[in-house]
Amino acid sequence: MARKKNTLAYEVIKGIWDENPVTISLLGLCPTLAVTNSAMNGLAMSLATGFVLICSSVIISLLRKVIPPQVRIAGYIVIIATFVTIADRYLAAFFPDISKALGPYVPLIVVNCIILGRQEAFSSKNNPGRAVLDSLGMMIGFLFVLIILGGIREILGSGTFFGFEIMGSWFVPWMIMILPPGAFFTLGILIALVNLINEKRAKG
Amino acid sequence: MNLILIFIAAAIVNNFVLSYFLGICPFVGVSKKVSSAVSMGLAVTFVMTITAIVTWLIYHQILVPFKIEILEYVSFILVIASLVQLVEMFIRKISKPLYEALGIYLPLITTNCAILGLALFSVLREYDFIESLIFGLGAGAGFTLALVIMAGIREELELADVPKVFQGAGITMIVAGCLAMAFMGFAGI
Repeated sequence: MARKKNTLAYEVIKGIWDENPVTISLLGLCPTLAVTNSAMNGLAMSLATGFVLICSSVIISLLRKVIPPQVRIAGYIVIIATFVTIADRYLAAFFPDISKALGPYVPLIVVNCIILGRQEAFSSKNNPGRAVLDSLGMMIGFLFVLIILGGIREILGSGTFFGFEIMGSWFVPWMIMILPPGAFFTLGILIALVNLINEKRAKG
Repeated sequence: MNLILIFIAAAIVNNFVLSYFLGICPFVGVSKKVSSAVSMGLAVTFVMTITAIVTWLIYHQILVPFKIEILEYVSFILVIASLVQLVEMFIRKISKPLYEALGIYLPLITTNCAILGLALFSVLREYDFIESLIFGLGAGAGFTLALVIMAGIREELELADVPKVFQGAGITMIVAGCLAMAFMGFAGI
């Protein structure tokens, strides 16, 4: 894969691997660990986070010359919190089961460091078009990690994938995988795998 | 009795870091040395307790009477951000040594999801004023406990021969998993 920096396509692609928010930058670990006890929760969480990320990037990028630098963080947080409220109300109204499963982790998107980090590092310095592409890439990268983590934990912990039975009746679920320790173990091994692949590629 | 239960549940049984995954960022970032872990833990406990009081008052005295609970998230995060700023200024005036000991960790607390999580949980569980206060103290104590244990282990890990790909975040996650397993043992209490 050719990787030309600064092209529009690269703004999207970089979020998936090179600058993946979770495995490389270690941002947004709280939701990553907390909601990945099933693939479905991971999907819902990353879509909600992506919605907030993209909307707030556009607004902040449009306002980048208006917001005074001294109060920018407070300004960003208010904009982010507004979109989180919208996402939270929407989920509660149309997908009450998912909203219940995610619980307080939906409002906690406000303090997800991925969102504030991208605003500070990217949207506040670039035009809305690029900001959307960047956010889109970050969202896909986040989605990717959450579904892999959620998938592994769901398959090993309950023998299902997106709620479908796939392991058959002989399989004894590893309860530990859907409990908190399983989250830490799976993410630790995932990060180590990414490091391993990157190291192999660097040696080339 | 009820208050003691809330404290123990928040500090140990449902530890904020190891079973709710709140405050993982500082947990990974600031747990390299025991001394800085203690400072960070104290700063967080301090802010958590004040946050518990202030957000309770805002929610029950302003948001509920005026029926504007929809502004919950926006107002909580603004309160926390300004509170951290105030606490920072206050500590700098009152005690210079404490301010220097806490250093960079104070402003970082704003983005610590454990603080907002605490405010949200105490609304969700309908705690009254005293219960919220105890819940804040307990959660802070639990956060400090987890952070200090982790820092102690990581200091020892410096001497261990960790495979290269696991160094840094990888091994921290595995250790956290073991700690979380140990804390699960308290679940029966």
